[in-house]
Amino acid sequence: MLEILIQLLPSVLLEGLILGFVYAMIALGYTMVYGVLELINFAHSEIFMAGAVAGAETFILLKGVIANPFLLLALALLIGGTVAAVVAILVERLAYRPLRKRGTTNRLVPLITAIGVSFFLQDLVRLIEGLWHNAFYRRYPSFAVFEATYNLPNWIGVITIALTVWVGFWVLAYFGDWLLRRFKNRAPAKGRTLSLVAAGLTLVFLFLYRHVVFADLGMTIQMKSILVIVVSLAMLYGLNWLVHKTKLGIAIRAVAQDAQTASLMGIDPDVIVSRTFLIGGFLGGVAGVLFGLLYTLVHPYVGFIPGIKAFTAAVLGGIGNITGAAVGGLVLGMLEMLGGTYLTFLTNGAMGTEYKDILAFMILIFILLFRPQGIIGQQLGEKV
Amino acid sequence: MKKLRENPLLLSAVIAIVALVASFWLLNNPRSTLPFLLTLGALLAALLQPIPKWLKVLIGGAILLLVIPAAGFKNSFLFELGIQTGIYAAMALGLNVVVGLAGLLDLGYAAFFAVGAYTWAIFGSPQANEFMPWKIFPLPGEYFYLFMLIAVVVAAITGVVIGSPALRLKGDYLAIVTLGLGEVVRVLANNLDQPINFTNGPQGITPIQRPPIDWFIALLEKFGLQLSRAEAYPLFFYLLVLVIIGIVTLVNIRLDRSRFGRAWIAIREDETAARAMGIPLFPTKLLAFATGASFSGAMGALFAAKQLYVSPESFTLIQSIMILVMVILGGMGSIPGAILGAATVTILNVDLLKSASDYLNDLRNAGFTLDLGFFKYNFANLPNQLEPAKYERMVFGLIMILMMIYRPEGIIPERRHVLEMKEES
Amino acid sequence: MKKVLLALALALGASALAQGNVIKIATVSPLSGEQAALGEMIKLGAQLAVEEAQPEFEKLGFKLELAPQDDQANPDVGVAVARRLVTDPEIVAIVGHLNTGVAIPSSEVYKDYQLAMVSPANTGPAVTDRCYLNVNRLVGRDDVQGPAGAEFAVKELGAKRIFIVHDKTTYGQGVAEQFKKKAEELGAQVVGFVGTEEKANFQALILQMKAKKPDFVYFGGIYHQAGVLLKQMRERGIKATFMGPDGLDSSKFVEIAGEAAKGAYYTTVAGPIEKYPKAKAMAEKFEKKFGKKPESFAIYAYDSANVVIKALKDFVAYAKRAPTRAELSMLIRQTTLEGVTGYVAFDYKGDRKKADYFVVHLKEAKYPGEVVKVISFPAPATKCEAIK
Repeated sequence: MLEILIQLLPSVLLEGLILGFVYAMIALGYTMVYGVLELINFAHSEIFMAGAVAGAETFILLKGVIANPFLLLALALLIGGTVAAVVAILVERLAYRPLRKRGTTNRLVPLITAIGVSFFLQDLVRLIEGLWHNAFYRRYPSFAVFEATYNLPNWIGVITIALTVWVGFWVLAYFGDWLLRRFKNRAPAKGRTLSLVAAGLTLVFLFLYRHVVFADLGMTIQMKSILVIVVSLAMLYGLNWLVHKTKLGIAIRAVAQDAQTASLMGIDPDVIVSRTFLIGGFLGGVAGVLFGLLYTLVHPYVGFIPGIKAFTAAVLGGIGNITGAAVGGLVLGMLEMLGGTYLTFLTNGAMGTEYKDILAFMILIFILLFRPQGIIGQQLGEKV
Repeated sequence: MKKLRENPLLLSAVIAIVALVASFWLLNNPRSTLPFLLTLGALLAALLQPIPKWLKVLIGGAILLLVIPAAGFKNSFLFELGIQTGIYAAMALGLNVVVGLAGLLDLGYAAFFAVGAYTWAIFGSPQANEFMPWKIFPLPGEYFYLFMLIAVVVAAITGVVIGSPALRLKGDYLAIVTLGLGEVVRVLANNLDQPINFTNGPQGITPIQRPPIDWFIALLEKFGLQLSRAEAYPLFFYLLVLVIIGIVTLVNIRLDRSRFGRAWIAIREDETAARAMGIPLFPTKLLAFATGASFSGAMGALFAAKQLYVSPESFTLIQSIMILVMVILGGMGSIPGAILGAATVTILNVDLLKSASDYLNDLRNAGFTLDLGFFKYNFANLPNQLEPAKYERMVFGLIMILMMIYRPEGIIPERRHVLEMKEES
Repeated sequence: MKKVLLALALALGASALAQGNVIKIATVSPLSGEQAALGEMIKLGAQLAVEEAQPEFEKLGFKLELAPQDDQANPDVGVAVARRLVTDPEIVAIVGHLNTGVAIPSSEVYKDYQLAMVSPANTGPAVTDRCYLNVNRLVGRDDVQGPAGAEFAVKELGAKRIFIVHDKTTYGQGVAEQFKKKAEELGAQVVGFVGTEEKANFQALILQMKAKKPDFVYFGGIYHQAGVLLKQMRERGIKATFMGPDGLDSSKFVEIAGEAAKGAYYTTVAGPIEKYPKAKAMAEKFEKKFGKKPESFAIYAYDSANVVIKALKDFVAYAKRAPTRAELSMLIRQTTLEGVTGYVAFDYKGDRKKADYFVVHLKEAKYPGEVVKVISFPAPATKCEAIK
C-alpha cells in the first residue's frame, strides 16, 4: 500500500506541476485585475476558454497549410492569446467601465456584472461555434512530435521523493514543536534543528523503503508537457520583467496601490486598467491553448472549473500578488493531483477521484478563514 | 398615460376591461402564448397600479383561482408553468432576504433547494431502505407535509453549517465560497451512493411519493368536477403553491419590517457603521442566511413531490444563478420585485424560449423560405445549434449585465435601495 | 425586444389555430452538446421513416409530421421537454431517448398520459423493468450487454486484471456494474472501479492505473469521455486493452481518440449497417438525403419510427380517425414488423423479444470496426407485480 503511494509520488507531482503551470497562468489574470480594480473578474474563466477555443480553431484551420507543428503551436499560442486579450479588453470596456464611470459604491454591482459576463460569453462562444460548425466541441489535433514520450532518469524521482518526504517531516516536526511549546512551555526550537531532524528522518525513511525508492519509478514526460512548462516559464518570466522593469509595469503597480494618486502623477487609470486586462487576458488565452494541447477536447463550458481552481490558486498565493499567484497555481495543481490519485487508495475506493474538485474548495475556505493574505502576501487593513 | 394615472376610476375601469378580455381570450385559446401573457399583464397591472383594494382582490382572485385553472384543464402546461413560477417565486423571496436585504451574495442557493428535495425524496421513496434498519419506506404520502417542515429545519441547519465559515468572509469572497459550497453539496449528492447509498448518486431517486389527494378529488366532485388523479394533481399542486406563496410573502413582509429586517438592511448599507450601532454582525448575517435557506428547503420538498424524480443535475450553478437573476431583475430587496422577477424568468425560460425553439423547428422542418427580395434564406439550412432554448445562460447573462449597467435597482425598486444604487461615490 | 416577442407570440398563436388533421411523432435525443453525434442519428433515422410514410398518410387524409426535440442528455431537460410534449395533443408517440438516465424520469411523465415511447437506444434494464404499457425498446439490455462484454473480455481476450471506469450516469454505471459482476464470476480480478464526471483531465485516474497495472480497461459511458480517456491512457503508456459499451458506437469516438482507438473493442446493441442486408437500400437513401452515412442508431431509430407508423397506419385505415394515445400505446405493444434490423416484436414488458448483441473490434483507427462476435439473446424476464 505505502509502497504504491511512494512509487507513484514523483509521477503524481510531475502531473500536478504541469497542471499547476496552467493554473498559475490563469491565476495571474485574476490577481492582476484584483490588484488594480479590487474586482473578482468572474469572466476570466471565459477569457481562458476563448483562448482555448481560438487555439483549437487555429490548429484545425492551419493544419493543412503549415507543416511544422512547432510553428503551428506558436501561431496558435499567439492567436489564442490575442483573441483572449481582445475579449478581455472588450469586456472591460463594455461591461465594467460603465459601472466605474457611474461610480456605484455597492460592491455587489460589479461582481454580479462579472458573473453575467461570464455566462454571456459561454453561450456566445457556443453560438459562434454552433453556427460555424454546427457543433461546439473542438478537438486539438495530435502531432507525433508533441506526443513523443521521454523517460526521465530515476534520480529525479529519488530527489522528488526525498524532498517531499523531508517537507512532510518538517511540517510534522514543526507541529510537534508547536505542541511542546503550547503544552509544555518549552522554548521554540530553532529552524535549523527542525530541518536537521526532518533530514535525519528522511534518510531513515529512504533506507527503510530503498527497495521502492531506488527501483524503477517509471517517470515519463511527453514533449507537449515539456512545451507547457517551457512556455509557462517564459511567460511568467516575461511578466515579471514587464511589471518590474518597464514603465507600464510601474504604472500598473502605482494604480494598484492608489489609483487616485496615480492619476495625479499623470497616469490615466483607464488606460492602465485596459492594459492590465490585455496582459491578463493574453496569459489566460495562452493558458487555454496549453490546456487544450494537454487534454485534447475543448468547449465553451471548459473554463468554469479551471477558472475556479485558478481563483483558488490566486487566493492561496495571496490575491493581488503576482509571485503568489504563480506559486499558488503550482501548489494547487500538485495538491489536486495528490488528492485525486491518493484519495481512492486511502479510503479504499469509498471516496473517488470525484472529490478532487471539492478539495480545491476546501483549501479555498481554509485559506480564507485562517490565512486570508495567502502564502505570500501581507495583511491589508480594510479600506473605509 | 399621465391622465390615466391621475384618474383612479378610469384606471380601474381600463384594467378591469383588459383583465376581462384577456381572460376570455385565454379561455378560448388556452394553447397560445399571447393571451396568457396578456392575462398575466392584467394581473400584474391590477396588483401594482393604485386601484381600489377590493378590485385588486377581485381581479387577482378571479385570474389566479378561476381563469388559469379553467384554461389549465384544456392545457395542463399552464399548471406546470404556474407551479414552477410559484416554486421559483418562493425561492426568489428567500434569496431576496439574503441578497436583497442583507446584501450577502449567495451563489450556492440551489444547495438548500437540493437539501430540501433530498430530504423528502430519500424518505418518500424506497431509497431510505438502503441505509435505515427499518424497511418501512417509502413513507406514505401523508408524511409529505411533515417533511416539508423537516426540510425547512434541515435546510436552515445546512444554512448555518455552510454559513458559519462562509459568513466570516467579506463580500466578494463570500460569493466565491458559497459558489464552491453549492458545488460541494451537488458533488456530495452525486457521490454519496458509496460506501453507503444515501442519495443513489447520479441515478437519482424515483419514484417519490406524492401527498394523497383523494379528499381533494372528493371535494371537487361536490362542486361537480369529475377529475382523474393525473388531472387533479396539477391543480392540487398549483393551489398548494399559491397557498405557500401567500405564506412566504407574509413572512417576508413581517421580516422586512421587523427588528431583524432593519438590522439586515443596516448591514447591507454599511457593515462598519452597523457594527458601531451595536448590531452583532455574524449572528445577524447567519440568521439571514438560514432564513433564506429554509424557504428554499421547503420548496425543494415540494419540487421532489411534484417532479417524482430528483437527481443532482437539478441543482447546478445555473439554478442558483437563475434565482439570482430573478431577484436582480425584480429589484434587490423588493418583495413584489422578487415575485415579478421569478414569473418573468420562469415564463421566459420554460415557455417563451422553448416556444421560439419549436417555432424555428417548425420552420426548418417545413423548409420555409424567407424572401425579403434582397435577402433569401431557406430555414431548412438553419443549424440545429440555433435554438433559443439552449441559450438560457446568454439570456441570464445579458439580463444581469444590462440590469447592472442601466437599472441596478431593478424593475420594481425597493424604495430605500434606489437612493443607495444611485449614490455618487 | 418587446416587439419581437410580440410578433413571435402572435405567430405562435396563429400556428396553434391553424391545425387540421395533423399527427406528430416526436424524437427526443441530445441534438446539442457532446453526445449530439448519437442523438442526431436518432433524429435523422426517424425523419427518414416519417418522410417515407408521408404520402401514404396524405392519402388517408392525415398530415404526418416529425417533431424533433433536444433533451441535451440531461434528465432535467428531458423531463421539461416531456412535460411540454404531453400537452401537445397532436403528438401521439415518442421515438427516443438516447440516455437511460434521461429516459427513466421522462417516461414517468409519458406514463401519466399513456403516451407511447419506442426507444432505439436505451439499454438500462430499468427502462422496461417497470412494466409500463407505453414504454418499448428495440435494442438489447445492459444486463445482457455488460455480461456479454465481460465474457468476451475474460474468455476470448484473456483479461485478468480489469480496471473499470464509469461516467456516473444511470447508463454508464449500470452497464459497468453488470460487467464487473460477470467478470468476477468468470474469475478475473477487478482491480479498480471508479466513477468520474471529468471530461478533460484524466491524469488522476491514469496514475491509479499505473499503480494497479491492469491488463484490461473497461469504460462504462459515452464516446466523448471514452475517447479522451483512451487517448490520454495511451499517451501515458498504459497499454491495457480497452473496451466499452454501445456508448462508444460512434465515428466520433475514433475521431476523438485518434490513433489511440486502434485495437479498442466495444460491445453494441445496434449492429453496423453491413450486418443488415435489408438496411442497404435505406442506407443509400439516407446518405443521399442527409449527405452522411447512417450510423447504427440511425437504423434503429428508423425501425422504431416504422413500428409507430405501422401501428398508426393500421389504426387510421381501420377506424378512419387518429388514435388516442392510449389506443396507440396498446397497439404498438402488439405490432410486429419486418424491419431493417430484423424481426421486431415486443414482449409483455416492452423489450424486443429477441435482440442482437455485437462485439466490435477496431482493428484500425477507423469507424465502424469489424464485428467479431454476434450473440442473439432473448430479453431476460422480469416479474411484473401488477401491470400499471
